[in-house]
Amino acid sequence: MSVASQDTAVSTGRITRMLIYLILLLFALFYLLPLYVMGVNSVKPLSEITGGNMMALPQEWTLDPWRSAWSTAQIGVQATGLKPYFLTSILMVVPAVVISTMIGAINGYILTKWRFKGDTIIFGLMLFSCFIPFQIVLIPMARVLGILGLAGSVPGLILVHVVYGLGFSTLYFRNYYAAFPTELVRAAQIDGAGFFRIFWRIMLPVSGPITVVCVIWQFTNIWNDFLFGASFGGTTQPMTVALNNLVQSSTGVKEYNVHFAAAILAAIPTLIVYIVAGRYFVRGLMAGSVKG
Amino acid sequence: MGFLDIRNVTKSYGAVEVLHRVDIAVDEGEFLVLVGPSGCGKSTLLNMIAGLESISGGEIAIKDRVVNGVHPSKRNIAMVFQSYALYPNMTVGQNITFGLEMHGTPRPERDRALAEVAKLLQIDHLLDRKPGQLSGGQRQRVAMGRALVRDPDVFLFDEPLSNLDAKLRVDMRTEIKKLHHKLKRTIVYVTHDQIEAMTLSTRIAVMNKGYVQQLGTPKEIYDSPANLFVATFMGSPAMNIIPAKLVVENGRALAEITDAGGKPLRLGFGAGNYSAWEGREILLGIRPEAITDPEGADRNSHNVQPLHNMVTVTEPAGADTFVTMVLSGKDVIARMRADAAVHPHQPFDFAVNMEKAVAFDPKTGDRIQA
Repeated sequence: MSVASQDTAVSTGRITRMLIYLILLLFALFYLLPLYVMGVNSVKPLSEITGGNMMALPQEWTLDPWRSAWSTAQIGVQATGLKPYFLTSILMVVPAVVISTMIGAINGYILTKWRFKGDTIIFGLMLFSCFIPFQIVLIPMARVLGILGLAGSVPGLILVHVVYGLGFSTLYFRNYYAAFPTELVRAAQIDGAGFFRIFWRIMLPVSGPITVVCVIWQFTNIWNDFLFGASFGGTTQPMTVALNNLVQSSTGVKEYNVHFAAAILAAIPTLIVYIVAGRYFVRGLMAGSVKG
Repeated sequence: MGFLDIRNVTKSYGAVEVLHRVDIAVDEGEFLVLVGPSGCGKSTLLNMIAGLESISGGEIAIKDRVVNGVHPSKRNIAMVFQSYALYPNMTVGQNITFGLEMHGTPRPERDRALAEVAKLLQIDHLLDRKPGQLSGGQRQRVAMGRALVRDPDVFLFDEPLSNLDAKLRVDMRTEIKKLHHKLKRTIVYVTHDQIEAMTLSTRIAVMNKGYVQQLGTPKEIYDSPANLFVATFMGSPAMNIIPAKLVVENGRALAEITDAGGKPLRLGFGAGNYSAWEGREILLGIRPEAITDPEGADRNSHNVQPLHNMVTVTEPAGADTFVTMVLSGKDVIARMRADAAVHPHQPFDFAVNMEKAVAFDPKTGDRIQA
């Protein structure tokens, strides 16, 4: 954070400080290198890449690889580009994130403010679901989707991701609400507010920071998921599966510039979520922590 | 039948009973204080009246209506919490009227009630602020406003002053008392602070370990404590408890104790028949203010007795001077006028107001009724 430079706990000398910045700069460059390679090569004609100049800036700038990746690249059997898959991913991610966050918030609310016998066991079991590897549930999940008639459809994918995300979103909200004073809920009860009214009017308005954390986490995980998409997507496959099909296709010339552009396209939504929501996240965390 | 009836109420968590057959009838307009150390069950009892905790046995009735299974919002009570429990996302005005809104009171009526309460509590200028922008005392007022605006049958206060600093606490205490005088409403107030209990209440229920130890007016509780617990819990400094032997001489009961040097001393009780206790060990209870210098002794008392003893320590506290001495091997504190001529490590002639002395059974801790 930029704020920290002014009042770090330990004050350091100028030379030490320069050394620290130098090292940090080197690390930053190192981490940014892959992004640079991707960016630079996605705006070059293929001939420049195959010519061996992967690190160099393009001699001839072109946006054709981006256009191709978006709308004309050969993915699977059809030359549709990533566009329809991108749409599938959005249609899958947005409801899945919203639903799992909402249910997680209500779960957390119940588990902390409407305690019942065995609630810790239930929470323990939900927590346990965070640690179950994806592979284990593949076959049972396929069976369940089959029974529900949701196999190979976007609603099916949403269901899978909601179920899988609930453990985490419940954990987040439960721990956040555990620190929320129960007296407020009692006061609202005496004031005559019911279960959902208390949730809407009292709990949700102060849940900003944890909602952002939860949304970032769920969005990134669901958007980046490959296994469930590949297994249960059927004909409606998400972005990640399409990207894989594009890059791994073994026929014809490997259009590296298109691949780079497609990979960036696949990463952009998560980047946006991080950049936009991340700021609110930090702001939210800082707001209540220091009295003043 | 009272206005608020607590009849044989018990509370258990599983097999553990934390509140044992509490029986209190509160009249309309009374200010009942539940006082006791932490864990005595006073807050549990309050929460049961509020409906926030279930009632394991017995019944609670408000205005002759048994409310055991009634939802908190339908009992027509209002509660002020220790942490104030103000909704952080709402303004002061919204906080105060939230209850009315939930009960479907129309807007103009809500605004009228809000204006009235805000004026009464002098918080008119704060109505648009959020709780986070208020000081402790202001938050306290808002919390009371939220209770007042509902115009409930019974007000419940759960240690409302314990989060304030010492000075503000005294101010708010007076404020609450004024409010009670003005509105004449029924209040049940929980505190662990015996001074709050004494100053505010019309009646006190002293609780310990889930039992009501004594229920009475502040004066009854202070002057005639039912047992050792009540005697030592109420009053600051606490009542002096001195091991003594009861002797009867010429039909008069005397408590035999020893002075700092181990020499026996006798202090005679006033009226009362202690003959059953003749020759037995008792515990003599004397309040610090009942031990003074001879000039400072209570002139209306018929039984002030001299006591010559060595002074251990003197502690001038401004208004009073606290004098410590040893009686029967125990430290005993006397509360004197600030200008009493008393010096440490010197003998002094004390005056003991034995009219205010009480005696306890050392085995049961109960007061010996004479």
